[in-house]
Amino acid sequence: MRVNLWIGGVISAIVTGAAVLSFLWVPHDIEALNIANKIKPPSGAHLLGTDHFGRDILSMLMVGARTSIAVAIVAVVIGMGLGVPLGLAAAARTGSWLDEVIMRGNDLIFAFPSLLIAIMITAVFGPGAVNAIIAIGIFNIPVFARLTRGAALSLWTRDYVLAARVAGKGRLRISAEHILPNVTNLLIVQGTIQFSLGILAEAGLSYVGLGAQPPVPSWGRMLADSQTMISFAPHMALFPGLAILLTVLGLNLMGDGLRDWLDPRLARDAR
Amino acid sequence: MLRYAGRRIFSLVVSLWVASVVIFLALEVVPGDPAAYMLGLNAQEDTLNALREELGLNGGPVQRYLSWTGGMLQGDFGTSYTYSTPVSEMIADRLWVSLPLALYALALSTLIAFPAGIWAARRRGSVVDLAIMGGTQLGVAIPNFWFAMLMVLVFAINLRWFNAGGFPGWEGGMGPAIKALTLPAIALALPQASILARVMRSALLDTLGEDYIRTARAKGLSRGQALRRHALRNALVPVLTIIGLQFSFLLAGAIIIENVFYLPGLGRLVFQAISARDLIVVESVVMLLVFSVITVNFAVDMAYAWVDPRLRGRR
Repeated sequence: MRVNLWIGGVISAIVTGAAVLSFLWVPHDIEALNIANKIKPPSGAHLLGTDHFGRDILSMLMVGARTSIAVAIVAVVIGMGLGVPLGLAAAARTGSWLDEVIMRGNDLIFAFPSLLIAIMITAVFGPGAVNAIIAIGIFNIPVFARLTRGAALSLWTRDYVLAARVAGKGRLRISAEHILPNVTNLLIVQGTIQFSLGILAEAGLSYVGLGAQPPVPSWGRMLADSQTMISFAPHMALFPGLAILLTVLGLNLMGDGLRDWLDPRLARDAR
Repeated sequence: MLRYAGRRIFSLVVSLWVASVVIFLALEVVPGDPAAYMLGLNAQEDTLNALREELGLNGGPVQRYLSWTGGMLQGDFGTSYTYSTPVSEMIADRLWVSLPLALYALALSTLIAFPAGIWAARRRGSVVDLAIMGGTQLGVAIPNFWFAMLMVLVFAINLRWFNAGGFPGWEGGMGPAIKALTLPAIALALPQASILARVMRSALLDTLGEDYIRTARAKGLSRGQALRRHALRNALVPVLTIIGLQFSFLLAGAIIIENVFYLPGLGRLVFQAISARDLIVVESVVMLLVFSVITVNFAVDMAYAWVDPRLRGRR
């Protein structure tokens, strides 16, 4: 089944392409307010219509894609950067106090719903894109730590790891040279999924005003802005939501497709 | 079983303790003095001091931590800085919205997910299976607050079947209150139902491949009978875990959905408290939510170990 990978890949490429393109060109300047032209339904000049400040919604979506993608990517990098080494360390010393501390720490973070972490962080440091990244990133750490530990544990029983130990390699070197390369596929698949969850989380946070602050456009806040006007300007609510839906759907399909492609054995398990 | 329970209770207590320390420390570094906030810019130094004393803000961190947790153990969550009412009362009021909402959503999600997952598993590979799985892909990808807004547009604004928001309270009877929670509960349930349906399907497919199903079929049970009597029961273990985990997502997810529908629940309480720098309220609500998540997961774990002795040995 390569269909998933194709559809997902194409959607993700379009969204990323639109975000990159927005650095060079957008249909209309999003900082120019044009009140005379406010809340116009889709037309030839404004393909997706205009918002309550007369800004072009398509342009806003393109620039907003940057925020979503940036927040979600950095959050995945944080989660991988901390979670993978922790998971490798826990697996290398399974049963030790280190393993215990790492796994209990994971459980603890899991016990805080991610949104609560975000709320606490914003209560402490104030709202903003950086704090949204931290909040989403923290929640990614245990996901990657668990995944890595679980996969690494089974790899540690393999013959080639035994061979490496016999050859005199230390636990650290084995983790880096033999375990890590073999969990990469899993990490890529999980990374795609966490990336899509990050997009959703960022949208939720900025919807309640805890994400990127104005004037930085974000899909979640566009939805929040549209809420009071939904009865007479449904297009303002429709398109940002569709943008989130399509992006997340594309990434999920791509994740499924990647899993099938990279690891046929896993694909069979998942089905 | 007892040893297992003892170990789990120990780790439950440790988690709660660590969580309370983390929450306390996190809010300890927040800039701003609640007393100054309450009294305004022109307050006298001695009035400020008196109020700080009254709020218990003057002691050292350790002393304040102990009085905070000690109070909570006795059901005393302190006094709100902005409303001067006991936090426990505020929370109790709001809980009557958030908890029913979460339970309502959980019920809906289970009611949708079980038939969908079972149906998809029974007709694996068919058009029905494809349609259900496609639906769940959409369900997990859709931002639920956006779905909520669309439902408001269709069912509240256009069709006028529901109110667009607000909550009449339970005093006016069950009917209006439940009606007010229906759209929020559907919005909350949608992504959870999608996840649950997928888990249900894959768990069933796993058990349907087991030897005991073949045995059951060999002794003459129909596919449906084997599924009901043997596969379904064994598939329930992973499904129950997910339901337990979802409870926490529902409580937390309610924070955003409550904002869409202007429901006076815990979520809105937290937001109001953050903007008013009413930290004792934030602290207590977060602690309460974390407490319920940890306890629910603990209860699920214990339920399993009781049902399935094989799980007691595992960590």
